Amino acid sequence: MTPEELSKIATIEQEEQQQHKHVIQVCVAAGCLSSHSDQVKDALDKEVSKRGLENTCHVKGVGCLGLCAAGPLVRVQPTAKPDAAVMYQAVTANDAADIVSSLEGPPVKRLVCPTNVPFFTRQKKIVLENSGIIDPDRIEEYIAVNGYAGLLQVVSTMRPSEVIDEVMRSGLRGRGGAGFSTGLKWSTVAKGRGSTKYVICNADEGDPGAFMDRSVLESDPHRVLEGMAIAAYAVGASQGYIYVRAEYPLAVKRLKAAIRQAERAGLLGNNIFGITFNFSIDIRLGAGAFVCGEETALIASIEGKRGTPRPRPPYPAESGLWGCPTLINNVETFANVPPIIRNGSAWFAGIGTEKSKGTKVFALAGRVTNTGLIEVPMGIPLREIVYDIGGGIPDGKKLKAVQTGGPSGGCIPEQHLDMPVDYESLAKVGSIMGSGGMIIMDDTSCMVDVAKFFMEFCRSESCGKCVPCRVGTAQMHDLLCRITDGSGTADDLTLLIELCDVLRATSLCGLGQTAPNPVLTTLQFFKHEYDAHIQKKTCPAGSCTIHAPAEVI
Amino acid sequence: MSTVINRPTPPSQDKRWKIVEATVRRHGYRSHSLIEGLHTVQEAFGYLDDDAMKYMAAALRLPLSKVYGVATFYHFFTLKPKGQHTCVVCMGTACYIKGAPQLLAAVEQVHGIKPGETTPDRKLSLLTARCVGSCGLAPAVVMDGEVAGKVERSEFLSRIGKWMSHDTGRTE
Repeated sequence: MTPEELSKIATIEQEEQQQHKHVIQVCVAAGCLSSHSDQVKDALDKEVSKRGLENTCHVKGVGCLGLCAAGPLVRVQPTAKPDAAVMYQAVTANDAADIVSSLEGPPVKRLVCPTNVPFFTRQKKIVLENSGIIDPDRIEEYIAVNGYAGLLQVVSTMRPSEVIDEVMRSGLRGRGGAGFSTGLKWSTVAKGRGSTKYVICNADEGDPGAFMDRSVLESDPHRVLEGMAIAAYAVGASQGYIYVRAEYPLAVKRLKAAIRQAERAGLLGNNIFGITFNFSIDIRLGAGAFVCGEETALIASIEGKRGTPRPRPPYPAESGLWGCPTLINNVETFANVPPIIRNGSAWFAGIGTEKSKGTKVFALAGRVTNTGLIEVPMGIPLREIVYDIGGGIPDGKKLKAVQTGGPSGGCIPEQHLDMPVDYESLAKVGSIMGSGGMIIMDDTSCMVDVAKFFMEFCRSESCGKCVPCRVGTAQMHDLLCRITDGSGTADDLTLLIELCDVLRATSLCGLGQTAPNPVLTTLQFFKHEYDAHIQKKTCPAGSCTIHAPAEVI
Repeated sequence: MSTVINRPTPPSQDKRWKIVEATVRRHGYRSHSLIEGLHTVQEAFGYLDDDAMKYMAAALRLPLSKVYGVATFYHFFTLKPKGQHTCVVCMGTACYIKGAPQLLAAVEQVHGIKPGETTPDRKLSLLTARCVGSCGLAPAVVMDGEVAGKVERSEFLSRIGKWMSHDTGRTE
């Protein structure tokens, strides 16, 4: 592949797209697929060819359009006026004829999904810029929207150290949860000893309630490959691995196809863009272990072993996969890299807050009207996400808490809703940014039960290597079970708090260290619910089954 | 000088072993391909039995204890054969607060099986997943590999009921 060839592919693809008067984009990401968007696409295809419109109207499958709750989603876009696109919701195969008939006239009213609402207008898309626009199965479409231009720019005009400086200046921080500076990590790996280095993409999205990485991989897989290749050039690696969950078969399929296409086009493999830069990517399947999201456990798993973490240091940046310096970044982190290179670090650093730059993708779910995938600038108030973008709480219920960070995060109550969403503010209230799951809970959810749910998760996901986590999570879960079934005492609560401290201070890896977070935040903000279970033997939310009889005073 | 290594022969004549052999060969019989190999076995046979684990141990020249350790460490691997139909209820946070536990309770009430169990007639296996990533459509259930979103109790039970009443309803 030469630079000329890359721009030729882009031009040909753009010209081809211009030939169609209309393009009908059908979401074929996992959310809409589960409500049979594939059948909708087939029906639209058939309808278009039945009317002989193949040359003027192009039906294509695209990645996530965001509003999963209203799926299957379809967008009709006139090529000449992309802004006049119409979005349809809850489309079925039977609606195909009406949609195709309406191409030249007014839209099908009963299906229209308004896009001038905050859910769409308040978002800022960087990672998801192509999501819902390009066909994830075709590399040409990615190239047509400036894809691989970042990689070309890097290998043809920049030295590796300049790439690292650029990423450093952008202020990008790891999107996996902890928020470590990406530039700093890259420079450590670049300085690492030895000629063999590895780049690993962590796509083991184990947090229950998080599906951002899956959507990125399903909607725009080439963006992740390009980000990894840029990273490999910067740190001097020639082999990359994507560690992806086996529970995401569609993401795996699209990634495999994307890697094959990139190899065929010469964008992965040997002598990329004609210089002595070689980089190949292999996929490794996870096998359902939450702890493998921890970097040293993930490395053990790629090596074919049980996924148990080991003490750090040495950090993987110095000694990782097979003892070599290894760069591990999250899917979303890599997905941010190509636009940073293309648009410059100053552009990226201009978005977000002082310490948290850029945007963050959140998977909005739970008791909220608009569930789906959103991307917002860092620092946006939590209230805006819940009430404006999320559309508030359905069924006239009241918001109780916002859960971020999964089993390692916490529950944020109503009074902190005006807090800006960035790494530091979330840490201040005892939660974490996490990978981006955001679950909204209303007053039907019992906070003690939620704490129990996460503790049960940590208990069964604990790898068993270190005692505090293995035994501590089990003990804490038992205590929470007792409290929720009404047999808990005030001493149980004291013991619970004590165990929180022990786990936090002595566990080997992040799983155990952060396992107390859901308990601590619910204790901090919803202590009265614990008290109600223990003293009054009642569950205020009415979701726990209390076995013990109420004490007679 | 090259050493000749004797590769083990598969446990049976079953053609599916060819796929497994191809996977380990592609990875050069290196020990780090164990998880990839086990994935292939499970995809081909549905579960990992003793023979499969012994074969993998011999092929990758690993102690059997290590193969067993890996196979039992990861939730995705199962050592028990599944029923004709499988129903995976997602227990992610979003599904949990939107009623996944009630779906499990409904199956237990009607068909008498708990998560991880199979009905005595081997028709239905009930499983749970940590999160299938369809949180926007909670509660989600994967029925024979197909994700169904916003599942309601009655519709859910009637779909399972249809499976149970089929006599030759194999889905493969």
